Amino acid sequence: MQYDHDRLTRIIATDCGSTTTKAILIEYIDGEYRQTVRGEAPTTVEAPLNDVTSGVLNAVQELEEIARLKYNNPNIKFIDTDHLIIPRNGDIGADAYVSTSSAGGGLQMMVTGVVAKMTGESAERAALGAGAIVMDLIASNDQRLDHEKIERIRQLRPDMILMAGGVDGGTTKHVLEMAELVRAADPRPRLGSSYKLPVIYAGNTNAREEIKSILGNSVDLIITDNIRPTLEVENLGPARDKIHDLFMEHVMAQAPGYNKLMEWTIGPDGVNVPIMPTPGAVGNIMQTIAKEEQIEVLGVDIGGATTDVFSVFTKEFIFNRTVSANLGMSYSISNVLASTGLPNILRWVPFDIDQAELRNMIKNKMIRPTTIPNLLEELVLEQAIAKEALRLAFIQHKSFAVSLKGTQKTREISEAFSQSTSGDTIVDLMSLSLLVGSGGVLSHAPRRHQSVMMMIDAFLPEGVTRLAVDSIFMMPHLGVLAEISIKAATEVFHKDCLIYLGTCVAPVGKIKPDKVALSAKIELPDGTVFNEDIKFGELRLLPCGLNQTAKAVLKPGSGLDVGAGKDKPLETVLHGGVVGIVLDTRGRNPFVLPTEASVRVPLLKKWMRELKAYPDQIIS
Amino acid sequence: MAQAYSPGLSVTENIVLRKERILPLKGTVLVKKGDKVKAEDLVAETSLPGKVLPLNLANKLGVTPAMLSDFIKVEPGQQITKNQILAENKGLFGLGFMKNSVKSPIDGEVESISKLTGQVLLREPRIPVQVKAFIDGIITKVIEGEGVEVENKSAYVQGIFGIGGETFGTIHVLAKSPDSQISTDMLSEANKGQIIVSGNMCSYDVIMKAKQVGVMAIITGGIDDQELKKLLGYDIGVAITGHENLGITILVTEGFGPINMAKKTYELLKKFDGHAASIHGKTQIRAGVMRPELIIPLPFDEKELVVKEAAMPSLDIGTLIRVIRQPGFGKIGRVTGLPELLTVVESETKVRVLEAKLEDGSTIVIPRANVEVIEE
Repeated sequence: MQYDHDRLTRIIATDCGSTTTKAILIEYIDGEYRQTVRGEAPTTVEAPLNDVTSGVLNAVQELEEIARLKYNNPNIKFIDTDHLIIPRNGDIGADAYVSTSSAGGGLQMMVTGVVAKMTGESAERAALGAGAIVMDLIASNDQRLDHEKIERIRQLRPDMILMAGGVDGGTTKHVLEMAELVRAADPRPRLGSSYKLPVIYAGNTNAREEIKSILGNSVDLIITDNIRPTLEVENLGPARDKIHDLFMEHVMAQAPGYNKLMEWTIGPDGVNVPIMPTPGAVGNIMQTIAKEEQIEVLGVDIGGATTDVFSVFTKEFIFNRTVSANLGMSYSISNVLASTGLPNILRWVPFDIDQAELRNMIKNKMIRPTTIPNLLEELVLEQAIAKEALRLAFIQHKSFAVSLKGTQKTREISEAFSQSTSGDTIVDLMSLSLLVGSGGVLSHAPRRHQSVMMMIDAFLPEGVTRLAVDSIFMMPHLGVLAEISIKAATEVFHKDCLIYLGTCVAPVGKIKPDKVALSAKIELPDGTVFNEDIKFGELRLLPCGLNQTAKAVLKPGSGLDVGAGKDKPLETVLHGGVVGIVLDTRGRNPFVLPTEASVRVPLLKKWMRELKAYPDQIIS
Repeated sequence: MAQAYSPGLSVTENIVLRKERILPLKGTVLVKKGDKVKAEDLVAETSLPGKVLPLNLANKLGVTPAMLSDFIKVEPGQQITKNQILAENKGLFGLGFMKNSVKSPIDGEVESISKLTGQVLLREPRIPVQVKAFIDGIITKVIEGEGVEVENKSAYVQGIFGIGGETFGTIHVLAKSPDSQISTDMLSEANKGQIIVSGNMCSYDVIMKAKQVGVMAIITGGIDDQELKKLLGYDIGVAITGHENLGITILVTEGFGPINMAKKTYELLKKFDGHAASIHGKTQIRAGVMRPELIIPLPFDEKELVVKEAAMPSLDIGTLIRVIRQPGFGKIGRVTGLPELLTVVESETKVRVLEAKLEDGSTIVIPRANVEVIEE
């Protein structure tokens, strides 16, 4: 249901994260929707309060107090003792309240398939696309013995299971055997013991009756369309919809205080607006940008516990999402160290540090996840760790985002068999138009230049790529707001959410350091012309502000490609932003940092100075 | 403005504790409301279903799933013993020639027989699970078939991080001060069954020696990341602990690296030297926060058992705080100012800060997120 601005003049939106509940106020002012006020409070799904609505009330209370100050109007009021005031009546209340949630660990699922790389992967994509964390993929051919699979299913306490397997009309034997393993394991839901575990069956339609007879009595069985009706077709929509329904009915309803919260989220007619899993809402926004602008988009949301990567690639706007469940900047920070190793983190650090001290610092952040780097050295270290977390999450995304994605995408049988073994990713950094960063370390970096540095070093964009960040982390809110007003969500997204940082230009390929990697002639908005033959291994930052553009002729060095093909010049318009235009000739495919600290550290300092990433005291 | 929220770790000489002791599966509660229990008493028990072993009998016999019923010798629910014949064909021409049979690889029970796939699921015998009271106290609530609530009055220390499960012992403070360490030569067979206390750090060698002489648990201010890795054999990526089977439990009160144990904690432990206590190292930072605990039961009157209502600790002028990140990690002070406007700190981060006067008389301005409230 969509509402226009007659019905929707003030909206409260919250995102209940695992640590913090973030509230924003969206208002229709002077003919447009704007995000006006923001408040936050600790999430309260844990002891001692055990009720998510306490955190919501605290965050909205902050919103109310700031709104009163902003408008110098003490009559503004959003809360009446213990609930939000909907609908609005003048200064009192709001027209709608919407919310997303990832509190309590978000939506945790287990998926099963017959062939891991085919129906198994399709099931995984359906679950991830719906905003879930996939705890494990169990398939008939995954090399584990049957009793090991049963043990694994028993150990996991998922919120729900998605079962796929077999094409319609094909053999039913394997999918039935998998159902028998699930029944034998007798899996129990993570939250609450009083209800049966929801299991969605989205496999071979011919096996439905037998599946009912095997699982019908022991789980809450929901049957939907096959996600892989034929080998060449993937149909994820119906399974994703069922996951969303069940998330509301079962998972949210079990979490502390969510029954109350679900009653609160209503539109102007008093009609309920379902709570959406946070990553599902961010995914909606990414897809909307790509379709609206007709561009390829790569987005990342780096949180305390997990890092989500979203992408929309190819002409068909194929959407993919991955969750790196144990890569994050607080709860999971120690796992970033364990996954990448200390040398990979230290290669981004422009000063000496005692390794034992660094390891202990990382562990202390893990056990006290809400602390903030007060010292400059600690900020540099956290941002070095962030680069590695982002890099690892992106590697995972690339290997997952292979061809045959999205709904009803058709392909040849010969391709179907080769899809995963060949790793033919559809992520093409050269054709990528926009890279969007979100999450505390990117959205709240003290200097936007640091966000640019982290995103370039981690993702290594190729050719010409625009960079942007979510200003204050409001993409989830806008994703769920779109359910009642696409107009409001889109307007706020462009005016208040997305902050363009600038554009990165990076020739692809490697040549010798003393050779010219890029000859750039760029007409800057202030009337000056930047004209330089830049050698390999350099960075340049050029001034070009928000809503400004610069005409550019970019000639790559011999053997390099800047987007028009090897050795071919590219004439284009570069977009500015709050940071500017970055010319990066440090090489791509490969990008190599010197291993010798005596060589690397001066280079890092030079690049950081050029990017104005840190105060001089640490990089001089 | 909404309240600043800085939950701290509880360290107190007197707290009314309520502990839920719940079975992982429904079972039998062995005590009743009002019973007085000791920490090691059993309060509930159940048995977990045994491991399942799938066996495709139809394949092994070389018959179709539909034909299996003609040859099967067991039925669902039936108890079986190892090597018992589960199914047997009639041999060539039904004359017993080249007869083929399938024997059970386990003792247990037949769980199910599938006519659709020919698969038989065998289940090993059930595994008993018992839940102890963990603390000396009184049963205040029985949750039928699931477990109980035990309450008591205790002196209590909540740690920041730990490893190892629930155990019991007598407290023995070996460290001479909160900033000292203990050495291997301070440990002997006399420490068997004890919960020993180190100061600002506990080395790998000390932990190993403690384990060898039968120490039940160690309480320490800090622990080194690399020594912990050596002890566990792996690096901890996400702080979910308590399941380690090391034969010793460790409770860390402050964090990683050499960090002096908070004076208040050290003095409390000194005061209760020689007392029996319960301890566990279970830590889970995310989704259901759990911290390791030391519980020293105190004599109580039932009327005293009133659990304080849950409340968010808040920061006010005069609140006692501890700094939990550099600079000044571990220092204690009192809040002297709570400026409302955001302040830029050395890292150029714009944050809400507080001003505090530290124990040594110096003053400090730090992000509110980098302190925890010490309950008084």
